[in-house]
Amino acid sequence: MIELSPLAIAAITLSLQVASVAMIASLPVAIATAWILSRSRWPGLWLLNALVHLPLILPPVVTGYLLLLGFGRNGPVGRLLEPLGITFAFQWTGAALAAAVMGFPLMVRAIRLAIEAVDPKLEEAAATLGAGPVNVFCTITLPLIAPGILAGAIMGFAKAMGEFGATITFVSNIPGRTQTLPSAIYSALQIPGAEQQVVVLCAISVTLAIGAVFLSEWLTRRIARRIGGAL
Amino acid sequence: MIDIRLHHPLSGFDLDVSLQAGPGITALYGPSGSGKTTLVNAVAGLLRPRAGRISAGSDLLFDAATGVDQPPHRRNIGYVFQEPRLFPHLNVRANLNYGAKRAHKAAAGPAFDDVVDMLGIAPLLARPTGALSGGERARVSIGRALLSKPRLLLMDEPLAALDPARRAEILPFLERLRDAGLPVIYVSHALPEVTRLADTIALIDTGKLVAAGPAHHILSDPTLAQRLGGAQAGAVLRVTHGGVDDDGLTRLHLGGQSLFLPQSSPDMGHDLRIRIQASDVILSRNRPEGLSALNILTATVTQVQPGDAGRVFVQLTLPQGQILLARITARSAAILQLRSGTPCHAIVKAVAMDRADLSRS
Repeated sequence: MIELSPLAIAAITLSLQVASVAMIASLPVAIATAWILSRSRWPGLWLLNALVHLPLILPPVVTGYLLLLGFGRNGPVGRLLEPLGITFAFQWTGAALAAAVMGFPLMVRAIRLAIEAVDPKLEEAAATLGAGPVNVFCTITLPLIAPGILAGAIMGFAKAMGEFGATITFVSNIPGRTQTLPSAIYSALQIPGAEQQVVVLCAISVTLAIGAVFLSEWLTRRIARRIGGAL
Repeated sequence: MIDIRLHHPLSGFDLDVSLQAGPGITALYGPSGSGKTTLVNAVAGLLRPRAGRISAGSDLLFDAATGVDQPPHRRNIGYVFQEPRLFPHLNVRANLNYGAKRAHKAAAGPAFDDVVDMLGIAPLLARPTGALSGGERARVSIGRALLSKPRLLLMDEPLAALDPARRAEILPFLERLRDAGLPVIYVSHALPEVTRLADTIALIDTGKLVAAGPAHHILSDPTLAQRLGGAQAGAVLRVTHGGVDDDGLTRLHLGGQSLFLPQSSPDMGHDLRIRIQASDVILSRNRPEGLSALNILTATVTQVQPGDAGRVFVQLTLPQGQILLARITARSAAILQLRSGTPCHAIVKAVAMDRADLSRS
């Protein structure tokens, strides 16, 4: 059994922390965005759709640089938040922000597919039975899309675990502070004779990713079964 | 009293209807695509009409002029859709309770156990909705709407998707619903269903109200018979059960005259209605002799109205005022010289009536 170096353990712990925070913080926003994209009708919808998908298309280094411009110490948002004690640049919180932004399109897509699978006729029926819009969402829509939300959350988490380009651009690669699992693999690759370390870290990374994809697949299949019993 | 007045453009024509619905079942009858579903959707609040006013008693639900538009969940109107629309993540009991939990505490309405008994769904309560048959789903969806204690129940062809056997299974429940006195707007384009259930019929065609009135009036109006199914048209007679004779025929009293049903039918109560299809009625000027048909009614012609395919609809008034409709060829009508005031005899083949045409009034 290979001993993991303290820095490698720190990287794994940090990655789990960053991915969890990124996933939990962006989930409500992702649900709201998915709902707006699938159920509302207004002229600017395509723009929101494009914006949501942007991190998927842009080179991650560009996304990271844009985050640095916006949320860095001198960026417009960063300057607003600094007096409140919230800083992103070269902090683990910045890594979480980068991971959240990069995973956001995947989350929205999974949740949106789930919402679109819910028959609006069921929501209408609930309304005629006395449920207001919020009530309908909580008692009909939300339970029916729960597997989709879980699937989206897992995809978002997996993406966050693997995020590299935007993270290293935005918060750099400071061991013990902003060095995530992929950054640690990258650093280990630079050191001659650290191949074993690289292989172990890669194995951990692959296991987490494959596990997430399987879990997400299984949950997505449950959604179909659940809504299939509808009318 | 529900007061509906609305105007809404549809593809190809405008829906333009003024209608009132009181206690009992008001059937909206008309061909598919004539605007019936649009009308009930507007009443439920699922569709916002271009213009008009909808009120329930003193409660204004919609008024285009003043901008009043109560959302569906505040209207307290039950809706049984064409598809049952049961919530797939809830079992039967939770589906039934969904509306019940949100009903007004003060509202009058049937108790949970009464509805479950009436619809015969007690054995289904713990089941997931995916495990139900079509007829069971339809009953659960009716129960769910009833338990929300609505002031008005909208039913949009709730039986259209079911086979005749399932339909026959549910019709008695709908009759009990009518007896309970809840105002119901019942959308259908199936004449037998409408004949059996409706107290009032509103005839709609391409968005316009063609006629509205008590069911027995509308069904016996020869000027409407062509729209009301043509060959299937038929008036409804109110009869009383006169017992089952020794040879198994059921005797029905109709003023001083009698009709016989070909099979024994249990006494379902005093007031019954029987539908007699106009094409099953034969007319004779003289009292027929040596004829195998048992049902011969004395009547007077009150109206002769041309129909399609060389047929005419003859409206006959029975001595005690009830109205019968006959569909015969124009040639026969000419030979018999039928006109308003002509006395004649109406022969109804017993086999033409069966138990399905007999229902509680």
